[in-house]
Amino acid sequence: MSEYILEMRGITKTFPGVKALDNVNFSVRKGEIHCLVGENGAGKSTLMKVLSGIHEYGTYEGDIVLDGEVMKFHTIRASEKAGIAIINQELALIPELSVAENIFFGREILKNGFMDWNETNARAAKYLDMVRLNVNPQLPIRELRVGSQQLVEIAKALSKDARLLILDEPTSSLNEEDSANLLNLLRELKKKGVTIVMISHRLKEVVEIADSVTVLRDGATVCSMDQANVTEQKLISNMVGRELGTIYPTRSASHKIGDVRLEVKNWSVTDTKLERQILKDINLNVRKGEIVGLAGLMGAGRTEFALSLFGNTPGYKLNSGTIELDGEKVRFRSPRDAIKKGVAYATEDRKKNGLVLIQDVKFNITFADLNRIIDFGIINGSKEIVEADQMKTDINIKTPSILQLARNLSGGNQQKTVLAKWIFARPNVLILDEPTRGIDVGAKHEIYTLMNKMVEEGMSIIMISSELLEIIGMSDRIYVMHEGMITGELSAEEATEEAIMRLATNTEEN
Amino acid sequence: MQEKNRNAVLTGISKVAKNYAMYIALGVIFIVFQILSGGLFLTAYNFTNLVNQTGYIAVLAVGMTLVLIICQIDLSVGFLTGFLGACTARLLLLGVPIPLTILIVVLFGASLGLLQGFIIGKIGVPAFVTTLAGEFAFRGLLTLITQDIGTINVTNKTFKGISQGFLPALFTIKIGGTEFHGLSLIIGILAVAAVVFLNLRKRKEMKKYNLETGSVPVMIIRILFFSGLIMALVILLASFQGISWTVVIVAVITAAYHFVLNKTKIGRHIYGMGGNVEAAKLSGVNIRKVLIGVFVSMGAMAALSGVMITSRMGCAQPTTGTGYELDAIASCYIGGVSTSGGVGRVINSVVGSFVIMSLINGLNLIGVGISYQYLIKGIIFVVAVAIDVRGRGRKALG
Repeated sequence: MSEYILEMRGITKTFPGVKALDNVNFSVRKGEIHCLVGENGAGKSTLMKVLSGIHEYGTYEGDIVLDGEVMKFHTIRASEKAGIAIINQELALIPELSVAENIFFGREILKNGFMDWNETNARAAKYLDMVRLNVNPQLPIRELRVGSQQLVEIAKALSKDARLLILDEPTSSLNEEDSANLLNLLRELKKKGVTIVMISHRLKEVVEIADSVTVLRDGATVCSMDQANVTEQKLISNMVGRELGTIYPTRSASHKIGDVRLEVKNWSVTDTKLERQILKDINLNVRKGEIVGLAGLMGAGRTEFALSLFGNTPGYKLNSGTIELDGEKVRFRSPRDAIKKGVAYATEDRKKNGLVLIQDVKFNITFADLNRIIDFGIINGSKEIVEADQMKTDINIKTPSILQLARNLSGGNQQKTVLAKWIFARPNVLILDEPTRGIDVGAKHEIYTLMNKMVEEGMSIIMISSELLEIIGMSDRIYVMHEGMITGELSAEEATEEAIMRLATNTEEN
Repeated sequence: MQEKNRNAVLTGISKVAKNYAMYIALGVIFIVFQILSGGLFLTAYNFTNLVNQTGYIAVLAVGMTLVLIICQIDLSVGFLTGFLGACTARLLLLGVPIPLTILIVVLFGASLGLLQGFIIGKIGVPAFVTTLAGEFAFRGLLTLITQDIGTINVTNKTFKGISQGFLPALFTIKIGGTEFHGLSLIIGILAVAAVVFLNLRKRKEMKKYNLETGSVPVMIIRILFFSGLIMALVILLASFQGISWTVVIVAVITAAYHFVLNKTKIGRHIYGMGGNVEAAKLSGVNIRKVLIGVFVSMGAMAALSGVMITSRMGCAQPTTGTGYELDAIASCYIGGVSTSGGVGRVINSVVGSFVIMSLINGLNLIGVGISYQYLIKGIIFVVAVAIDVRGRGRKALG
């Protein structure tokens, strides 16, 4: 038998228009803790989805070899049966069921065809003991803190006799103490012979715990290192280091940046569901005609910042903070209020909360500012067609007609439709959340050109992006966030991938 | 190019088949009952009766369409209709003039809708629960308001005319021994002219802006189909007593709602909210206000339906309204309102209510017992939605 418990050989996975994984090799030794790192969108999650059978056999190229045997998983169940357990960032527990019920969910322990509660609770207690979680197995999950819920997930995985435990960003929603506990637990499990793969953005903890590290970048393996060689610096330089291409259009030389338009001070927010402060004392501003980049890794709190600013606050509690718009103090009570005052937010998830997919392109473009096509209270159909068609041409939305349903467009064109909607509404400040996620290079270039045009016309843009090059290529100024705080502000000249990544991972320069 | 044309024709045909499925079903129902009833179903008398019978459900279906589009439900409209119908009868009994009575009842219905909308939108009790509670409460109120005299009779002829009367003929035309109601024929011809005009205008507009227009034959078939349908309906009605006031009321309400849904901001907000509530919120839609508004409109429609049923029966009874909410919901789904919200047209819901009432009328005519009627209604309903859901790829579990 080989020293590797898992070898993924030459994995290539293509989505329509995008190569998410390109000939990735990923090997994990028996009984080690192997960390997988990379920028957002580097392909880590896709790789794990291939491994767990979510992207089933046949939809990718390459081989998954587990203990020397080629595996062909068609479902998650199949990969679980082979001893692979994945714990996702979003926990998959059912809040209303008890800890024990969750652990054995789908594999209920029966006696004569009925639930055997004594056995269920007793066995659950055994696994809880293994993860050092001291709670009553009959307690509903919702009464546990996130850190403890994470441990229940691990207990559940152990109860399935997992040989290979995969954790996707397990510490991202935990506080320091819970994180430290979790890492200790992983070390213990390793001693008991469980092999662990951990995806993490916290490089410090990667250096601390990993026996080996694999770095992914743009869907390809960059390198694998052993513990002895791993430093945060090395990780960062491997995660970044792409060429700054020509896809970032230059702005006209005469373009001038004006006065401060939006100023946010001491912005602190608590997530009432997680009972955790998610934003701490954020100060930032954006000027007229300026693109400000908001960089950071997943979970740094950028989207939460945008949503709380925009007035969409169910689940968030504002602890402190003020907004000044053109020097005047304002408060946004609802997204509607914010839009009225000239601040708009284009969401990161265009399908979930950006577009009305079952309506046509024209409907979506005019949706945020219907007053522009209304005469005397009645929608002027001709005006709507003319305006929407003009937008379609300006922005180059590739669709046979503006009567096409939004759901029939490609990702890039859907994104352009979202942008069209906001350009149509003519806000003064536009917050763009991951404006180019999941779209091809050509469409990206068009969106960048459009952004430049918008600021040249005097709009202010706050661009949230996880793509470092995009942030560097487009921003006049960059704020970097890490765990709910702004860890630094960089001018366009100071901005390098390494500088941003250092701030985003909160790593000291050495 | 030829390939492209053929594809266009094919998709055109499948689109037509999908859009006209309801009319095809209606045609099948008509033919089956015409045969089974030995020709009684499509007589002028029965057809007039059927149309008038549909009125109060059609009005409810119009209001319900909006409720379902924004992914909510209203289970209370059955007894709300019954209760408001009884209120109408009571007011008339007290000698309140008819227009004032109708105004009071409609405002009362709207405010009960406002109350339910407030409980759902502001307090956050799910619509299913709120309106189920409403159904209980309105049933109680209906019993209360009728308990001293049981059935409240309305004798006022003018009031009864709302649902039993017909437009004045003005003149009659005699063809082959049958006298045709003149005004009805004129209205029918005007309606056909309107169909032709609107279709041509839309086409011209689309052409003007270089938008896809669909093929000419498809448009001609569409115009012929609807014109034929309208004329058949009108001629059948005209050969008896002409167009009833019920038809006028339903037509006006449907046209008004169609206009609001398609030509105003609130209509856009309703469709947008139903299609993606998060996107609507982030686009600045006040979703609470829209929801409350939709329930207010539903309450007003229930009031109108109550007025119509009281007028039709000439009385209010303690059981009036039983099951109307289900007929209204079924009408909407048969009319193609999406079970997941965001899609639906009031005109189609009205035709949907006509399908349901044809079924009930036909089954009554051939003497099928009430138990079998419910059974058959249930089966037809689920089959209709199943066809719709499969056809549009909107399965319940994805």
